[in-house]
Amino acid sequence: MGKSIIQKIWSSHQVVQEENKPDLLYIDLHYIHEVTSPQAFEGLRLKERSVRRPDRTFATMDHNVPTYNRYFIQDETARNQLDALAKNCKEFGIRLADLDSEEQGIVHVIGPELGLTNPGMTIVCGDSHTSTHGAFGALAFGIGTSEVEHVLATQTLWQTRPKTLKLQINGTLQDGVTAKDLILYIISKFGVTFGTGYVIEYCGDVISSMSMEERMTVCNMSIEGGARAGLVSPDETTFSYLKGRKYVPAGIEFEREADRWRSFASDPDAEYDKELVIEGSEISPMVSWGTNPGMCSPVDENIPTLEAAKSSSDKKSLASALQYMGLHEGMEIEAIPVQHVFIGSCTNSRMEDLRAAAQWVKGKKVKDGVRAIVVPGSQNIKKLAEAESLHLIFTQAGFEWRDSGCSMCLSMNPDYVPSGEHCASTSNRNFEGRQGAGARTHLVSPVMAAAAAVYGRFVDIRKEEYSRTEAVNSY
Amino acid sequence: MKPITIVTGKAAILDRANVDTDQIIPKQFLKRIERTGFGQFLFYNWRFDEQGAERDDFELNHPQNKGASILIAGENFGCGSSREHAPWSLLDYGFNIIIAPSFADIFYQNCFKNGILPIKLTHEETALLMSVCTDGKQEITVDLPNQLVKAGDGFRTEFDIHPYWKELLVNGWDEISITLRYDSKIEAFEKASGI
Ligand code: SF4
Repeated sequence: MGKSIIQKIWSSHQVVQEENKPDLLYIDLHYIHEVTSPQAFEGLRLKERSVRRPDRTFATMDHNVPTYNRYFIQDETARNQLDALAKNCKEFGIRLADLDSEEQGIVHVIGPELGLTNPGMTIVCGDSHTSTHGAFGALAFGIGTSEVEHVLATQTLWQTRPKTLKLQINGTLQDGVTAKDLILYIISKFGVTFGTGYVIEYCGDVISSMSMEERMTVCNMSIEGGARAGLVSPDETTFSYLKGRKYVPAGIEFEREADRWRSFASDPDAEYDKELVIEGSEISPMVSWGTNPGMCSPVDENIPTLEAAKSSSDKKSLASALQYMGLHEGMEIEAIPVQHVFIGSCTNSRMEDLRAAAQWVKGKKVKDGVRAIVVPGSQNIKKLAEAESLHLIFTQAGFEWRDSGCSMCLSMNPDYVPSGEHCASTSNRNFEGRQGAGARTHLVSPVMAAAAAVYGRFVDIRKEEYSRTEAVNSY
Repeated sequence: MKPITIVTGKAAILDRANVDTDQIIPKQFLKRIERTGFGQFLFYNWRFDEQGAERDDFELNHPQNKGASILIAGENFGCGSSREHAPWSLLDYGFNIIIAPSFADIFYQNCFKNGILPIKLTHEETALLMSVCTDGKQEITVDLPNQLVKAGDGFRTEFDIHPYWKELLVNGWDEISITLRYDSKIEAFEKASGI
């Protein structure tokens, strides 16, 4: 019987296997950011422990970073946290992409971009969207700060073997339907806990024909379906993305690496604990209307009615979500007004996202009364986008063009949505208060967000002049 | 870490599903660089109004729930962000046992590292426990060595827990010191893999 990529990575990283214990897994790569690491370093210091493999640890500043005037950080606690990271990295000899660095950006954007994330690796970060790196065929998952400390000290983690889930997406996506719509659809269809206890492997025609950036968008939100990790078997798309990246070996050594990476791909006869299949063509552009990512619907439909709720607890959650969102049951999604638009976050802030949004926005204007911002995922993406003049398209249309960071995805920096106002956001969480106290978040794809900026409400992008192929290729 | 063995305490009921860590500890309190003092911010946006006064309609503000050390909640408790500030704030507020039909994976792991015992019961058991624990009859006994929850006149149920996490909690062990005993194995692994 063949093996899945999950089993292959697991068995090649087991350091200790003992009865009545989880396995001790070796961690190849550990990403760090300012919010979830200070207490871990403090823990090391208290016990006089060192960092076992600083060479396998990489740090960046992203959550607290202002997206304009980035060196002027008014919030003293945010500044302290950034200073603490710089000090800790210096003391323990860890590479840091700080505010001055060309490499700086959102941790899940820069790791792949620099070629640090490779197939077959075990990767962790004190951040639940570490699942993003699974797009490369790595087993990548989020951990808490105690585990960050554990990995710093030992380069390992005690982990119980996860169950495996194969999620196959057949066929093709309609024009105007993106990777973001796919993952929102999956979560709305199967619920926010379908992946709990599992690692998901995404496969099928839709996934194989996706670019690496699209795969990252899908894997990014695995955690929103409850799975700590989601991944895609590496293939030629993966290797050609990695070739030539800063931390990827070149020449003959690259070929050798690629062969090794290829061996991690799932065998055709691999078995899984659970299998799910969906058809790509049944997916529409999605818009979230509630307070968890499972609460979303196709743009051309209506918000569900309380009567349609399956259980009394579903009914209760629906009622309280609608109350928070200031929406009513049965309302048309296209009638929801939008006052803010945020294009950014580790889900959708890469070149293809910005190109797709810019392509649509070109020559149009942001509607009066709407504030729209674009926050590239990394300083490098910002530079590349400017080389393609995307920033001019955005600013001429009335968008603000910012420096990189997490920004309005969780609003730990000065960017936020005022209470009671609606935001079309390309981020991954629509939890209460996520984008600011009382803020009302609607998760959408970049092009749907761009259209919402122009119309001041949601529109079905399929009915607009827009073609997916055109959007990606025309620059 | 304080060991957990047999605990008798008052239970508070938070009958909501999918309580995410953004609600348990909102992001504005994540900028501290200490591990302590987070209890005052627990469920901040649900607990307090804009003026900082307690909201009457939030479960933990009800007089019968004050002073509780056990929290009974709905399914998928602790979903979302991996922030360990969530268990830190629960513990600092006074909860060291959380009972729910299911927990999000990362939160579940984070509990063990901080001396919090997360107990998974079935939906039916959780609902029954919630109904037993009303009107001032909120005392629950959790017996970790025997993996038992007892309440009221007849509520008694067993729960599952991985033997390793149980051992950590019962002894209050620091996991890193355990792992460091395997140092030679880690080194051998690195050598064998050429890394
Ligand atoms: S962009 Fe949002 S989800 Fe991604 S790492 Fe930053 S805060 Fe987390």
